[in-house]
Amino acid sequence: MKLTSLFAGLFLASAAVAETPVLTVYTYDSFISDWGPGPAVESAFEATCGCDLQMIGAGDGAALLSRLRLEGSRTEADVVLGLDTNLTAAAAETGLFSPISLSADYAVPGGWSDRHFAPFDWGYFAFVHDTQLTAPTNFRDLAASDLKIVIQDPRSSTPGLGLLLWVKTAYGDEAGDIWADLSDNIVTVTAGWSEAYGMFLEGEADLVLSYTTSPAYHLIAEEDASKTFALFDEGHYMQIEVAGKLATTDQNTLADQFLQFMVSDAFQSIIPTTNWMFPAVTPKTGLPDGFPQALSVEHSLILSPAQAAAQRSAALDEWQSALAQ
Amino acid sequence: MLHLDRLRYQQDGFSLTADLQIAAGDRVAVIGPSGGGKSTLLNGIAGFLVPREGQVLWNGKPVPDHPGERPLSILFQDHNLFPHLTVLDNVAIGLRPDMRLSALQKAQAISALDQVGLGDKAMAHPRDLSGGQQGRAGLARALLRQRPILLLDEPFAALGPALKDEMLELTRQIVHQAGITALMVTHDPQDALNFAQYAILVIDGLAQAPAPIGPLFDQPPPALQAYLGRRAP
Amino acid sequence: MLRIFLGGVVLIALLIFSLGTALVVGLQGRGPGALSSADWSAVKFTLWQASLSALLSIAMAIPVARALARQSFPGRQALITLLGAPFILPVIVGVLGLLAVFGRAGWISSALDWAGFAKLSIYGAPGVVLAHVFFNLPLVTRLLLQAWTAIPAERFRVAESLGASPWAYFRLIEGPMLRATVPGAFLLVFLLCLTSFVVALAVGGGPRGTTIELAIYQAFRLDFDLGKAASLALVQFAICGAVSLLAFIVPLPQTNGLGLDRVPQRLDGPRHRLWDGFWIFGAGTFLVLPLGAVLLRGLRHMLEVPPQVLTASLTSLTIAIVSTALCLAMALSFSLAFARRGSLARSLAEATGILGLASSPLVVGTGLFVLIFPYAQPMTFALPITAAVNAMMALPFALRVLMPAVQETYSDYLHLRMSLGMGRWIWMTRILGPRMRRPIGFSAGLAAALSMGDIGVIALFADPDLQTLPLMLYRLMGAYRMDQAAATAVVLVVQSLFLFWMFDRGGRGHAALG
Repeated sequence: MKLTSLFAGLFLASAAVAETPVLTVYTYDSFISDWGPGPAVESAFEATCGCDLQMIGAGDGAALLSRLRLEGSRTEADVVLGLDTNLTAAAAETGLFSPISLSADYAVPGGWSDRHFAPFDWGYFAFVHDTQLTAPTNFRDLAASDLKIVIQDPRSSTPGLGLLLWVKTAYGDEAGDIWADLSDNIVTVTAGWSEAYGMFLEGEADLVLSYTTSPAYHLIAEEDASKTFALFDEGHYMQIEVAGKLATTDQNTLADQFLQFMVSDAFQSIIPTTNWMFPAVTPKTGLPDGFPQALSVEHSLILSPAQAAAQRSAALDEWQSALAQ
Repeated sequence: MLHLDRLRYQQDGFSLTADLQIAAGDRVAVIGPSGGGKSTLLNGIAGFLVPREGQVLWNGKPVPDHPGERPLSILFQDHNLFPHLTVLDNVAIGLRPDMRLSALQKAQAISALDQVGLGDKAMAHPRDLSGGQQGRAGLARALLRQRPILLLDEPFAALGPALKDEMLELTRQIVHQAGITALMVTHDPQDALNFAQYAILVIDGLAQAPAPIGPLFDQPPPALQAYLGRRAP
Repeated sequence: MLRIFLGGVVLIALLIFSLGTALVVGLQGRGPGALSSADWSAVKFTLWQASLSALLSIAMAIPVARALARQSFPGRQALITLLGAPFILPVIVGVLGLLAVFGRAGWISSALDWAGFAKLSIYGAPGVVLAHVFFNLPLVTRLLLQAWTAIPAERFRVAESLGASPWAYFRLIEGPMLRATVPGAFLLVFLLCLTSFVVALAVGGGPRGTTIELAIYQAFRLDFDLGKAASLALVQFAICGAVSLLAFIVPLPQTNGLGLDRVPQRLDGPRHRLWDGFWIFGAGTFLVLPLGAVLLRGLRHMLEVPPQVLTASLTSLTIAIVSTALCLAMALSFSLAFARRGSLARSLAEATGILGLASSPLVVGTGLFVLIFPYAQPMTFALPITAAVNAMMALPFALRVLMPAVQETYSDYLHLRMSLGMGRWIWMTRILGPRMRRPIGFSAGLAAALSMGDIGVIALFADPDLQTLPLMLYRLMGAYRMDQAAATAVVLVVQSLFLFWMFDRGGRGHAALG
């Protein structure tokens, strides 16, 4: 036992306390990647807060919640950024989050009124593909085709969970059959969005589960108009990504300051062309090119946090069983 | 007549030459120091080695390449029997390696076992036999095969003196009765004397022509003298 | 007395680590009844893929081993040495290589696509089985080759001189040998595939290719459902336990690599040249191509290797060295304590070895997590726990090398020691020590390389900012940075092989004394 603690001590020595206050934010991997919002957000916030903002990637969105459960009240996180409304009910139930009071002029469809979480962006889930491809117009078409898709695991990824609830909302009791039919179209199920999108770009699949705003990335960042999304006539499930403050934080003021910063123009103007989502508060500069097309979704689907929490477990079993065959 | 016609074998940098004749029905001891080439000679005659030069002739005709088609049987010191087969099967594979025996062949195998005194052990496995009995089973197989040549590679070297003498005598009788030409590698001059009429001396990669064994041991050439030391029988 | 005491301590530590953690996990679980139909699918898939992987590995290893046993050709020894490599090759590197060759964007798919055929789909059951065959075919080939070369040359000559047909050859010699060897080899591969984790994680392709081990990880990491993780762990433990009991009836083959350098002395070689050549070429290509693909790509992109590779490789190195020391300490005290104590002790040692083989790192990890969680943040102990679990996983292999060496030294020299009145110190330093040097070096090399390449408990406990080299490689693959992944794979392979080589070499240093 002595040896063990000595050994542990050796490795922990590096986590020595720095003099400037440190705000630890858990987020999903693609948020802090070099091309994501992370670097810009960090320098913008650190310019005003007099602190060290440490953003730690912990897999995809849904994995964030599992990680918090794993760490419990001993977590070092002060803020968690990257859950979505499908998870907020379950997250609030853990008792790990503290209520917050923020005021902002949200542009999120349906408005916002959650005690524990504040939205930072939103979007519609969609299958993204090459413009050359004749895309299916609903899940039944997709399942009947030979097209190959990559999707994400609903247990670790918020897009994966979104897809699960999308199919469930659109097809109800028939969702299991849809999954069974889709089974042979699925190349693989990845842990997170980054993996899936990477595979799609390498040509491993014809379509990938992403967002209606993803083609705008190719258009703006790469001047490549070859990607588009498949408009589904069942409607598109909506995602609202949120952040919350941990009850156990030792940087209460700093955490509040960060959340207020998150809904300010400085943060929100970074979002569209780095996270490629609709900002939760429309920035002064408006929306970039390509985004209006992404809004062409005819009707949007979304479950309330409570409904999503209620449906998740059964829908997950249905999904697993259908794909395990 | 077994004719080794200007044979040369090469194995792992070692070379053996032999140019000699053995009359049909003769019993010949192959003697000489370790590493001199005794086993190489036997392996060559058996067909396990491909000669670099020369050929093996039996009654004036070249023998086939494949060991299984040569007119001979071979007995080793060890591992002559397959442990998972019964004694009867071990003998019978001398006739039919695939063990599909006719009633007649089975009777022949049993009679061969009787001849070596193992009639009651037909259904036993090799692990249940003593060393001497294992040697007998091997002999029974050679007998059953009825090939005109028998090669013996120190077959009874692991047995005690009395048992070894007994086995040698049995072998000598069987070989004699069946008119088989026998070549036996041995380390023991006494065994050579007991069993053979002639001796081939193999030294330094050269197999010398067979010489009558009595005179050879009485007045050994220097090379043989050096090998035998004071142990001349 | 001290020896017995140390041996006892190790035994108890092992029991706590394996059975103890399983018990903790069991108390936590709600029993197998709590498993969903998807979980049962994972159980079924696990058994199915392990059987199929073992079956295919053996079915292919038989012709390959036979070809190696009866043909001699330039490069034969190199190929046989190469067959030992996958055992110490990090699994994730092998997977990366298989994707490069068999993946949808791989060489074969590209060729098929060009020729107008459908691309291969490796994700799911095909990928899992393919990877398992890739890793186990060489292992089984070496086991069988060893059995083949152990057949006395006289047997082949007797068969030859009887004019045996290939079928008679099989019935007389090869059949009985295979009957004695294959069941144990099957069991060994089955056991190794039963607890497979990384392969399913990387190419399982979702629920259809989920093993129990992966399901434990998911229940734990994704759902934080300790109850479900525990129930799955219980099922895993029960299956492994049942299979281990079988290992008492069908002994597992030894893996000491003896006799592999024996040159074939067989006459039927030329007759089967074409057929054997096909298998040797096929197996060689199957093994070399994926590795070559990764290493070539990695070398071309060596400059793009991410800077974090340095810390990751230091972390891996530290874990490997600590774990090797731990493994050796356990294996040595165990061998010294029990090697001379008759058949009961030997069965005990055998059982311990099998226990280590059958223990699932994730079950052990889950158990430790549950034990630590009420008192401290388990993540804090990620490194020591990983080192300890790795040591335990390498123990069966170390025991299989060290135990016979100790036994042999005692049986060869104990009487001499007693008659000379040799003291304990001289005996240990002058006789036992030098004689054990080589097996110690070899098992240390194995333990170090196995630990170096492992992703198991570390995946369960790891922080995003804590990474070992294989974990980093997995994450790079996840982010689809294949060039960087390949470059990292080069570093990992070099480091693993270097560690193995260094320890093994150290053991051979005084070969004259051994």
